Amino acid sequence: MEIVLTILTGILFAAGLYLMFQKGMVKLIIGIMMLSYATNLFIFLISRLNRGVPAIINKTENVLSPPFADPIPQALILTAIVIGFGIQAFAIVLIRRVYKVTGTSDMDKLNSSEKID
Amino acid sequence: MQNIALVTVLFTPLATAILMFSAWGRKKLQVSIGAISTLLQLIAAITLFQKDNAIGIEIVNVGSWPTGFGIMLVADRMSTIYLLLSSFMSVVAFWYAVSFIKSKTSISIFFPVYFFLVFGLTGTFLAGDIFNLYVWFEVMLVSSFVLFTIGADKQQLEGSLKYVAINVLSSTLFLIGIGLLYGLTGHLNMAMIGKALPLVTDQLLVNTTAVFFFISFGIKAAIFPLFFWLPASYHTAPIGFTALIVALLTKVGIYSMTRFFTVIYPLEDTFLQIIMLVLAALTMVIGVLGAAAQVDFRKILSFHIVSQIGYMLMGLAIFTPLAIAGSLFFVIHNVLVKTNLFFVAGTVNRNFGSYKLKELGGVLRQSPWLALFFAISAFALTGIPPLTGFWGKYLLAWSGFQEGSTLVVTVTTISLLVSLLTLFSMTKIWNEVFWKPSPNGSQNEKFDLIKLIKLQPGMMLSIIAITLVVLVISFSPNSVIEWSMKASNFLVDNQSYIESVLNHIN
Repeated sequence: MEIVLTILTGILFAAGLYLMFQKGMVKLIIGIMMLSYATNLFIFLISRLNRGVPAIINKTENVLSPPFADPIPQALILTAIVIGFGIQAFAIVLIRRVYKVTGTSDMDKLNSSEKID
Repeated sequence: MQNIALVTVLFTPLATAILMFSAWGRKKLQVSIGAISTLLQLIAAITLFQKDNAIGIEIVNVGSWPTGFGIMLVADRMSTIYLLLSSFMSVVAFWYAVSFIKSKTSISIFFPVYFFLVFGLTGTFLAGDIFNLYVWFEVMLVSSFVLFTIGADKQQLEGSLKYVAINVLSSTLFLIGIGLLYGLTGHLNMAMIGKALPLVTDQLLVNTTAVFFFISFGIKAAIFPLFFWLPASYHTAPIGFTALIVALLTKVGIYSMTRFFTVIYPLEDTFLQIIMLVLAALTMVIGVLGAAAQVDFRKILSFHIVSQIGYMLMGLAIFTPLAIAGSLFFVIHNVLVKTNLFFVAGTVNRNFGSYKLKELGGVLRQSPWLALFFAISAFALTGIPPLTGFWGKYLLAWSGFQEGSTLVVTVTTISLLVSLLTLFSMTKIWNEVFWKPSPNGSQNEKFDLIKLIKLQPGMMLSIIAITLVVLVISFSPNSVIEWSMKASNFLVDNQSYIESVLNHIN
């Protein structure tokens, strides 16, 4: 299972970066999304996959006794997902507005702020 | 309750931002809330600074969890210097924005989001663990995205799309670094990681994580070759806000880099030190050459930010206590001076109607005071003695030549040559904007100081306030240098940070 997830993470990273380097603005957003999913999966993998073991402390114990699933990466991913969604939502609204104002979705044409005149 | 100053510094902007939303559309109410809040934060920051200057470090375990389990707010000497600086900048930039921004909807959006930005900044300087640092970064970034797009003209939107995309990439890299570091050590607390990392067997992987963080912060700090987004976006935002981001957002990158490469990965004698030195030199040179090619007031200043970041990076990379102190001093100097230059640019635009060098002229004759404020800051930026830039560069150069290895000496020499080029591009602004006759010919309207203050009270007062602070630091730099020295001594010896955080009991 770990191997499959590792390969999937790699593919997501590659696809995300590839899409971010394209010209279209929609592709940029999808690339951003894929990158954040890839990162989340990556953190999930870092904590090592443990099936069927607790991530919360039993009532009778003070600390987790091994083997246990590490709860911290899961908390991190939860936070990262929320933040990722926020940024994606903002980015989607932003590209809609950019498209309305400039009338193009080609990133290469959006260079009026860099021109020397 | 003994940490009341620290808690006030952090939560005043949050409370203000929430209050401001409830005062939507009522400018006077918003301005008074903002005025009180910024002042309160400044006072709290000064209190915290004095306390930390005496005892060295201030720690709050949020929720009273034992050290290492919960969220931790750590204010060491470097944090408090940055906090003092950011809360002072927040006061002046607030007043500048009050008189700069005219459109009604912009005002309603601007103020609440502005305080969220300040909240994120403050949190960044106080974060004690790396994941929190990430979260504070995001708070700050999302608010800066919103502020970038206020007004929504074409250039702004294009600039901010690039800014958003590149910052998302940078945050992703940061998050990957955090994941790797957690996988290696099992900790998120900076002090604990710093303690655990030397014991990790696979040092190659440790270096890999260091590079992840370096690239991520490098994008935020706009070092060569990761700076390309900055000249595309920085100059497009409304000036009241540009000043704050200019002043602080790129410096957040430098702050985190200093924190990471002292506490977690001590930089001494690593491969990254050499890379950093080379990149610092390239950043300085490329930034200033970029500035020389530009013909827009704000764009020249934006490119200069890149160039100045090189000096701070150089200080960090040399990695002696003196050099890091120089880097810190340079940050203080640069934030003040650069903001002031942007403020002057904004005021020139408001009164003379343009940012383009071609369309401007004769400002010296029409408004000698504005020219004076510009001149003081420009001279300080280039490092003419006895202004602040001179002291910053003096500290850096001294530490560089003292260190003495060929590479360091070369980089230091380059940094001194870059000052000349900085002077050149400042002269260009001076000639075009202030010296040459006005291209329209007919404008004879005089803007003396009193008239300017009457026209834009907030804008002029912030310029005067910063100029005064710059002059005070210029003529008595001893205490500021002493603070930087204290802070950097604490940083270079990373054990002292680790020990004081880990041995902290509530």
